[in-house]
Formats: sequence, structure tokens, C-alpha cells
Amino acid sequence: MNIVVCIKQVPDTTDVRVDPETNTLIREGVDSILNPFDRYAIEEAIKIKEDTGGNTTAVSMGPPQSKAVLTEAISMGIDQAIHLSDRAFAGSDTWSTSLVLAKAIERLSTIKEDQGQGPVDLVICGKQASDGDTAQVGPGIATHLDFPQATYVRKIDSVHTDTQPKFIVLERLVEEGFEIIEVKLPALITVVKEINEPRLPSLRGKMKARKQEIPVWTHKDLGLSEDLIGLKGSPTQVVKIFAPSQKVGGKILKGEPYQVVEELIKAIEDRL
Amino acid sequence: MSRIRVDKEKCTGCGLCVNICPFSAISLVDNKAAIDLEKCTLCGACAQICKPKAIEIKKEDKPQKDFSQYKGVWVFAEQREGNISSVSFELLNKARELAKDLDTYVGAVFLGNKIKEKAESLVWRGADKVFVVEDPYLENYVAENYTRAIVELIKKYKPQVFLAGATSSGRSLVSRIAVTIYTGLTADCTGLDIDKEKKRLIQTRPAFGGNIMAEIITPNFRPQMATVRHKVMPEAQEDKSRKGEIIFEKDLDNIIDKRIKFVDFIREAANTINITEADVIVSGGRGLGKPENFKMLEELAETLGGAVGASRAAVDAGWIPYSHQVGQTGRTVCPKMYIACGISGQIQHLVGMQSAKTIIAINKDPDAPIFKVADFGIVGDVFEVVPLLTKKLKEVKIT
Repeated sequence: MNIVVCIKQVPDTTDVRVDPETNTLIREGVDSILNPFDRYAIEEAIKIKEDTGGNTTAVSMGPPQSKAVLTEAISMGIDQAIHLSDRAFAGSDTWSTSLVLAKAIERLSTIKEDQGQGPVDLVICGKQASDGDTAQVGPGIATHLDFPQATYVRKIDSVHTDTQPKFIVLERLVEEGFEIIEVKLPALITVVKEINEPRLPSLRGKMKARKQEIPVWTHKDLGLSEDLIGLKGSPTQVVKIFAPSQKVGGKILKGEPYQVVEELIKAIEDRL
Repeated sequence: MSRIRVDKEKCTGCGLCVNICPFSAISLVDNKAAIDLEKCTLCGACAQICKPKAIEIKKEDKPQKDFSQYKGVWVFAEQREGNISSVSFELLNKARELAKDLDTYVGAVFLGNKIKEKAESLVWRGADKVFVVEDPYLENYVAENYTRAIVELIKKYKPQVFLAGATSSGRSLVSRIAVTIYTGLTADCTGLDIDKEKKRLIQTRPAFGGNIMAEIITPNFRPQMATVRHKVMPEAQEDKSRKGEIIFEKDLDNIIDKRIKFVDFIREAANTINITEADVIVSGGRGLGKPENFKMLEELAETLGGAVGASRAAVDAGWIPYSHQVGQTGRTVCPKMYIACGISGQIQHLVGMQSAKTIIAINKDPDAPIFKVADFGIVGDVFEVVPLLTKKLKEVKIT
């Protein structure tokens, strides 16, 4: 199995707060982290590879400093990484971002086939990124690649690599329970936290990650027209950014438990 | 390529842009804003906040297209086992408002198997036209089949707006549709309005875990697509005297994708109400101490007709399944009332519940951050307050 994991560097949201005085964002420190959901995607890729053999690649689109998340992925056990970094990508919305990632996966697949390793079988993404929270890029990549998709995967029941085509059976978390789905490969899945317990980077992994070269691909490498990427290619436009209205006037109820409960019941009856 | 620049003449060095930049791309150099282009993603937050309008983002404008042939505000009517999800009725309510401002009709897209008896209820809830597609392969939601069918309908009827619930199916489905037809899609909106002059949909959504809000438009593509968060908008009331047209779409070509096979759906029996649908959520955290104590929350939830949620700490401790987790790595909920019991309120939890209409917090630590977002806070012992509250509520119910 050749597996690709798509990951993203995000601002650590614990650092982002709104200053109620000026209504602006305050960022304490400049921490950027690996999107929390991507850790589960990385772990799942490594696990499947350990079971079925093959190769894992991490791909990330972002400014130069976002290379750090690819290094982290390698230190966890991902075999290699590709950094999609180009000023022309800046301002891309989910449509354009998923196009860039899809083109990179296509190119990687061709390279793998030329090397006699076979094409990409499976793409794994976290269910969403914690900064944008859209959950749109995973399905977007699948569509650009014309891969079937399964989102919110909480468990992979089985991986069948000796059939033609290969297929996987998985469980997909939905609001009222879960669905069991059979998907032929190549396919794309997005995963939720429940799927696994991500490993920590090993010392050997860290040493490997330090030495490993991470190639940078630009829109030219991907053969992508500037008309389809960045602000220009993005169908959506952000016209305004503002701070949400702050909750104020919270009331602390004081007194003996029975008094407090009485007040609370009034509040509940009032508000429901 | 699009560019961003600072007009040094206009810049007052106030530093507002430095603070708002989510990517730490701006610093003050010689008391003027300087943008690190390596970090900048052109998100526009700085240009928006800059009072003297010193930051300019130049976008290459495309010529305005003629969209006069696009008509109708469409809603994806989501069903499971023939039951229409309540988020669909919320969407219909909003769609009526938008359609009025755009002077057009409301359409509902209804896919499934043997569902035609239910189509009328979408008219009662506000649809002028219901497009029904029936097929055994559409009985259950399968992203590929649903995408193909809806893309065919969009090409045929050209709606100007298309809305879906921000559910596990809705989000995945419309992402696929938007990419297939090359149009804009805005996720998880909490507000939708019409720019009456330009006849455009203005979509408001939270980003960065709800710490900032963004207004988004899709000026040059149609339909304008959005997913809408559950429970943010009121449901359309049922009016059985409403009349509408029910259109059965047959002979849609090639809508079945055999690469995906739906095997089964398993309803999780442990808890009857799922947290994204619930009007009331009683949620427990580390302060509960052990799994048995969730019983107490279940009783309170049951009394209020609600569901039980949990913080990450409680889920990670194995006290309650992950499907109950509220917060950044769990689910985002927006109930009428959220009762946080023994939850300290780490930011990762708050981003998943702070848009609840009323928040009640019970915690013994007066400095717990949960009290900052609570409408009503009780500094006290959950083991004392919760059972008493349940008992009293039951009494009130009886009388």
C-alpha cells in the first residue's frame, strides 16, 4: 500500500484570544502546531503500512516555516515528505487548496509508478483543521482526484490488499451512531480522534527527520495555472473579519445549595 | 498574482494589525507595519482592522458574469430511514427569508428510496418545489451517488443558492458537489444574509475555534453554497395548507458509483439522543471523578429531555465514549442550554460549546475559566447541586 497523509500547520488556538477592550485578537507567543487531527491520520498511515507493507508520504501546503510539521511526521515514522510551498498558493480557499493537494498526489503517484512501486492507494486526512474547521479539503481532494471518499472514519475494520481492486472496510462516525462502509481503492478517508492512539516520535525517528531532505514543489512543478490557485482561483472571498460578540453579564449564583438550585430552576424555566 | 502592501504614509504604527494577524506575519519596523510575505496567507484580517486603511490587498478582479438564469434557494433535505433531519427544517426557514429578499422560490432536494410520502412535509415546512430522486442506491447516504444526482439537478435547474446542514453527511456531500461544479462553498455558517443591491449571499462563520468571525461571499460562481450549523436558526413551522410542486426526477444518468458499498448502519443504543440534535446538554468533566458519576448527569439530562456530553478529560479517562465528546477534537454543539458539571473550561472545550444560547456552569473552583462564558455560574459541589437540581426539577414537573 502506498499511503499519502495530508497535514497542515495551524496556529495553536489556545494562544488566540479576544481582547474585550479593543476587540482584537491577542496572540500570546507565536506557536504553530501540527493540526491535532492530523496526528491520527499519520498514526493510521503508519499502522496500515506496518500491517501491509508499502510506503508512506506526508504532504503539506503552507509557507516555508510549515515544513516543521513534515519533519514531525517523519520523526513519528512517515517515510518521506513533500512540501507544497509557493507564494502563488497564498489566499487559497478550500477549492483551490484541495486542487493543489490533489495535483501533488497525482504527481507523486506518477513518480511512484515510474519507480515501479505502484500508484497511491490511499489518502488519509484529519477530519478537519483546527483553524478553519471546514472539513472540506479532504472531500475536495477526493473529488479532484475522482477517488471515492469516507469521512469521519473511526475504525478501519480490514484492509484487503490481495484482491483486485484492493478494498477497505471501515466504520464512519455519524450523528446517531456509525455506518459500516466498503470502499474500493484508491480512495480518500478522513479520520476522527477515536481511530487510534498516536505514537510519540522516537529518538531514531527524530534523527532521521533531521537528516532527511524535504523537496519543495511549487505551482510550476504541479503544472497548475495561477488562475486556479491563490485568491484568484478561489471561488470564495473573505470580505470581513471581526471579533464575535462577547458573552457578558454572567451571573454567579450564591448561597446554600437549595437556594441556588431554586434560582437555577427559575433560570432554566425562563430560558427553555 | 494578488498582492498585499502597506502604505507607509497612512500607517500610524498603532499595532492593531500586529495583534489581529492569526499567522504572526506582521511586526512593527520603525513604527510602521511590516508584513512577512513568507507567513502571510492573505486572509485579510489586517486590512479589515486597519483604521487609516493603510493595508491594501489587491485582488485581480474577474469580469462580472451574468447570473440572471440562476434562480431559487435550494435546501438539501437530509433523511435517514425516511425521517427528515430537523436541520433541514431550520434551513427551510432561512431559505424562505433569503428567497424573499431575492424574489425567488425555495427548492428542496430530497434523495432516498420510497420516500415520496414524506415529500409533502417539505412543502408544509416552506418549500415551493421539492425535487425527489428515488433509487435503491440512494436509500442510504453515499457521498458519490448523492453527489452525482445533485450535480445533475443543479446543472438542469441552476439554483442561485444551495444550503445543507453542517452534519457529517451534509459537509462531506456538498464539498464534493462544490468541487465538481467549481463553485464556492462556505462551511459551518452561523449567519446568512442577502446583499440586496448585488443580490449576493453573505455568509458569516466562526474561524479559529470561534475566536474570530468571517464574512464570506462567492461573487463569481453559482450556486453560492453553504453548510449551516445545526440549532443556530429556528425551525420552519409546519403549515399543512401550504401548496407546492413535487417533481419526480427520473432518468438521471449514471448516478451510481459502485466503488462504495454501504453495508450497515448501527444506531448507538447507549444514549437515546445525540448531542448535536439535543436542545439541552448536560456535560461532565474531570470533576466527576469516576465513570459511575455520569449516572447522575444522565438523570438530569433525562429530566430535561436532553443528552449527555463530556469534556476530553472524561473521554480520555475512559469514563464515557468518544461520541459524547464536546470540544475541538470532539463535536461542536449549539444547544439551547449547556450545563457544564465539573468542567474547568479549557479553550479546547469552550470552542465546542460557547455558542450555546444559555450556559450554566457548576464547578468548585471559582477561578475555573468556564465561568467566563457562563450565563449562570455556581461555585459549588456538583455532587450536591446536580442531584438536588434533578429532584427539584422533577417536583416542578409534577406540579
